[in-house]
Amino acid sequence: MNDSFDLRVAEAHIEVHKFRGGAIIGTVILALILQACVPVYFPKFSVLDLPLLIVIYFGLSRRHPATGLLLGMVIGLLQDSLSGPTVPLGLYGIAKTIIGYLASSIGARLDTEHPAARFALTIIFFGLHQGIILLIRRLLLAQPEPWFTMRMGIAAVVNAVVAVLLFMVLDRLRKD
Amino acid sequence: MGANTIRHKPLVLLTGVIILQILLLAVQIKRDSQGRLIRVWTVGAVSPFQRASATGVGSVRGAWNHYFALQNTSRENERLRHENDTLKLQINQLQSRAAEADRLALLLNFRQAHPTIPMLGARVIGTGADSASETVFLDRGDRDGIHRNMAVITPDGVVGKIVESYRDTSQVLLLTDKDSGVGAMLSESRIQSPVGGVGEPLLTMKYVANDDTVNVGEHVVTSGMDRIFPRDLPVGTVAQIKPGNPFKQIRIKPSANLERLEEVIVLLSLQPLDLKKDAEAAAATAAEAKQPVKTQKP
Repeated sequence: MNDSFDLRVAEAHIEVHKFRGGAIIGTVILALILQACVPVYFPKFSVLDLPLLIVIYFGLSRRHPATGLLLGMVIGLLQDSLSGPTVPLGLYGIAKTIIGYLASSIGARLDTEHPAARFALTIIFFGLHQGIILLIRRLLLAQPEPWFTMRMGIAAVVNAVVAVLLFMVLDRLRKD
Repeated sequence: MGANTIRHKPLVLLTGVIILQILLLAVQIKRDSQGRLIRVWTVGAVSPFQRASATGVGSVRGAWNHYFALQNTSRENERLRHENDTLKLQINQLQSRAAEADRLALLLNFRQAHPTIPMLGARVIGTGADSASETVFLDRGDRDGIHRNMAVITPDGVVGKIVESYRDTSQVLLLTDKDSGVGAMLSESRIQSPVGGVGEPLLTMKYVANDDTVNVGEHVVTSGMDRIFPRDLPVGTVAQIKPGNPFKQIRIKPSANLERLEEVIVLLSLQPLDLKKDAEAAAATAAEAKQPVKTQKP
C-alpha cells in the first residue's frame, strides 16, 4: 500500500506534455513519408526506423498508455501498408503497439528528458521491437529469421543517436 | 473494483488491440490476401509525396551535379585526358611496331627470294650532321662484315652505297647525294645511263640522247655495270623529261623511300650479282618443294 502511494506521489511530479495542434499527425506523416522516400536515394537511411522513434518519443512524452498504444498501432499498420507484400498487416502494428504502450507506461513513471536516458531507452525499445517482430515472424508466420545480427546492433546504436537529436527537435513542438 | 478496472484499462485495450491484429494476420495468412484495400489507400496517400520527392531530389541532384559538384568532374576530366594521351601514345607505338613488322617482313621476303646472295639487315640509326651531304648511319659495321662500296638496298629499290665502315657502324651515301651514282638502264628500251643525285629528292639520268624514246612513268633499274649493285634492282621511275643539249634532262623518282629509311639491306658481296637468275632459281626451288611426292607402285 505504501509502495503504491509512493508511486502515485512520484507520478504526480512528472509532467505530461502537450503538443501544438497537428504536431503529432504532421510528425507521423512526415516520418512515414521520409521512411518511404529517402532510402531510394540514400540506401543506408533504411537502418533508421523513424516511425519507431516517433512512437517512442510521443509515448514517453504523452505518458498516457492508451494514447501511446493506439498511436503505435496506427503508425505500425501504416508502416505495414507501405512495406510491400512481404510484410503482412499487423507485423509492425503489433510491435509498435506494444512499444507505444511500454514507452508511455515508462514515461509515466520515470523522467525521460535527459539525453542519456533517451539514448538508453531507445536502444532497449529498438531491441524489444526487433524481438517482437522476430517472434511474430517465427511463431505466427513461420519465417526463419536470425535472432541477432551485427547490423541489428549497429542499427540500435544509430537509431539511439538519431533519437537523441530528433527528440531535441521534437521538444520544440511542445506547448509551453 | 471500479478503480482497478480504470487502472487496468490500458492493459485491456492493449490486449484487445493485439488480439485484433493477430486475427488480422491470421486472416491474411489463411486467405492469402494482403489487406489490399488498406494498402491501396496508404500507398495512394503516400505516392504523391514520393513522386514529388523524386522530382525534387532529381532536380536538386541535377543542379548539384551539373553546377556545384564540378570538382570531381574536373578531376575526372583530367584523369580521362591523361588516359586518352596514354592510349594515343600506345596506339602510335603499336602502329609504329606494326609498320616495322611489315617492313621487316618485306626484308625477309626479299632475303628468302635471293637465298644465295649474302646480305645483312641493318637499322638506320642516324643521319649526317651536315645538310650538304645525303648520308645515314647504320647499326652494323666492320664486325658484321660490312665494308666500303657495298650496296645498300631495300625491297623497294636502291638506297646507296657504304662510304665508311667503322667497328660497329657504317655510313651510307644515299642515291640523292650530289656525289652519288649508280649504273642504270631504262627497263623497256634497255638504254643504259648512270643515275645520280643532285642533292634533291629527285635523281637525274645523265646521258640519254635526245633521239632516244623515253616515257614518263618508265621504270629505271640497275644495269650492274658499276659492279656494286646487281642487275635489275629498281632504281626509280621517270618523273620528268626535258629536251637538253646534247642529252635529255630526265628526272627520276627513287623507288626506295630515301627520306624515311628505317631498315635496309646491305649486300655483303663486292662480286657482281645477278638478281634475276637468283630469283628464278629460288622460284624453281619453291615450286619443286610444293610438288606432291609420287609413290612408286611395287
